[in-house]
Amino acid sequence: MRYYTFGDRVMSITIYCLLTLLAFTTFYPFWNALVISFNNGLDTSLGGITFWPRKFTLENYGIVFQDKRLLNGFMVALLRTAVGTVISILCTAIFAYGMTKRELVGRKFYMVVGIVTLYFNGGLIPYYLLIKDLGLRDTFWVMVIPGAISVWNMIIFRTFFMGLPAGLDESAKIDGCGHWGTFFRIVLPLSGPVIATLSLFTAVYHWNDWFTPGIFITKQNLLPIQTMLKQILNSNIMTEQMAQLDSAAQGVVSRMRSVTTKSLSMATMMVATLPIVMVYPFVQKYFVKGVLVGSLKE
Amino acid sequence: MSKIIANNNIVPKQRTRTGAITYFFRQWELQLMVIPAIFFIFIFSYVPMYGTLMAFQNYNIFKGFWQSPWTGFDHFQLFFHSRDFWPVMRNTLVISILKLAIGFPAPILLALMLNEVRKMMFKRVVQTITYLPHFMSWVIVAGFTISILSTDNGSFNILLHKLNIIDEPVNWLSTSEYFWTILVSANVWKDIGFSSIIYLAAIAGVNQDMYEAAAIDGASRLKQMFLITLPSILPVIIIFMILAIGNLLNAGFEDILLLATNPALRDVSDVLDTYVYRMGIQTSRFSYATAVGLFKAVISVTLLTIANLLARRSGNSLW
Repeated sequence: MRYYTFGDRVMSITIYCLLTLLAFTTFYPFWNALVISFNNGLDTSLGGITFWPRKFTLENYGIVFQDKRLLNGFMVALLRTAVGTVISILCTAIFAYGMTKRELVGRKFYMVVGIVTLYFNGGLIPYYLLIKDLGLRDTFWVMVIPGAISVWNMIIFRTFFMGLPAGLDESAKIDGCGHWGTFFRIVLPLSGPVIATLSLFTAVYHWNDWFTPGIFITKQNLLPIQTMLKQILNSNIMTEQMAQLDSAAQGVVSRMRSVTTKSLSMATMMVATLPIVMVYPFVQKYFVKGVLVGSLKE
Repeated sequence: MSKIIANNNIVPKQRTRTGAITYFFRQWELQLMVIPAIFFIFIFSYVPMYGTLMAFQNYNIFKGFWQSPWTGFDHFQLFFHSRDFWPVMRNTLVISILKLAIGFPAPILLALMLNEVRKMMFKRVVQTITYLPHFMSWVIVAGFTISILSTDNGSFNILLHKLNIIDEPVNWLSTSEYFWTILVSANVWKDIGFSSIIYLAAIAGVNQDMYEAAAIDGASRLKQMFLITLPSILPVIIIFMILAIGNLLNAGFEDILLLATNPALRDVSDVLDTYVYRMGIQTSRFSYATAVGLFKAVISVTLLTIANLLARRSGNSLW
């Protein structure tokens, strides 16, 4: 049993208050954006929308879901996340399994080749020119291929594979399984937890990445929703700034327009972050596990 | 028979060169798992590393890397003598030091506070909420920031107005004085929860008997927090501190690109990484931008080496 003094009580109450404040501060922007997205666009322009919508409407979402470009962006992001994650996890796991084998000729060299890339990289411009020279610009694959091998994930996979009982490999070999057979039939089915964790992080990366398509893709129909959202937000800020510079009469008009788009862009933001928010409660424990697995390597 | 031996884990201690080559071809099935990945790493990581040499060229997009003329250190000198040099360096250092000074202790403090919470339900709710922003993209976080701070219907302006602190809504994101504060706050907001996980794990490993002994000796819980918990997780804190020092020139990229859309903010928002982006991708001065990037990389590697020396002295080497 612990012994509580008056001072302990005070500290306890302070901590509960601070944590509640933090949780509220973290939650509020999300809630506020949700509320604005459910509020009538013109009404939002009158100001004062905080905790509850004043004029509830589904109109904004109606517009978002009828916008073919946004819908297309959503599908591109989904497809990219699915394809990118599967390719990355599979290729990296195969690489990692090969790297666990003691008899692999050149294993040390391969390891050094990989680890150097964790500390050094060529920087943005040479990479940009490389992608251009490879002809990957303005293709779907620019979002998928460069992420196919992750050295960091390879190290985590490898550590996990080395923890599997050595007898498994032996018996598979005796039963006539080659390396590839052992990998696909024995090792992969046993690696559920590590695959789940790394897939989640990879999928979140793919869903959230707006920068790669932003610099490499100019075709509108290949842009994922996050990149489109970035363009929408940028144009919103511009309208807002212009509205302030404009003369009074004109100002009101463009002000109305900018705020109407505000409710709309909040709805778009909600749609863009929906998959993460929906999946998150169920996979939170994997995320936590993942960060601890990663930190062991440091 | 020899095939079976080859497939077993028996590796000859001393291999002759020819032995290694035959061995290599005999295990082609295994090599096939690794070599494509190594080839891939070579293309996507080592080719750009070699490409940084164009910092010493006048890279011409039509002539390509091999035909472009060499110019030595011209681009570096151009950068050092340019008007942009000092503002960019100042912004890089100030922003990253601010992020370090505030963003680094914040998750430690959060972990210490969460550790004192005895109501498990409350703790779990706080954790779930504060971890979430880490998984949202910067586009979304910037969108929230812009929305909360905006002049029409921005909650922050509404709050300050209700408290009678301001009369007119302030356009926070267009005023250079506030930019650093906004940037650092958004960063803390996004990552405070997730970064606290590692410290919570460290705290979980602290020997519980020490608290009991301290309580018997009459230490208050506040004292226990600072005299037991904090010193016990100090090695973890030091390691992460050192890593952070190695990253000192990474002042931010996505967050700045997304929050500083107003060109009027450039005096306070331009850091090395965004400068490289602006010069290289937006105005196609490829060699110049690469030179700036290389300059940054050289300093970063030096910092990382120094940080590692410090780490080794404290007994926690990174490599």
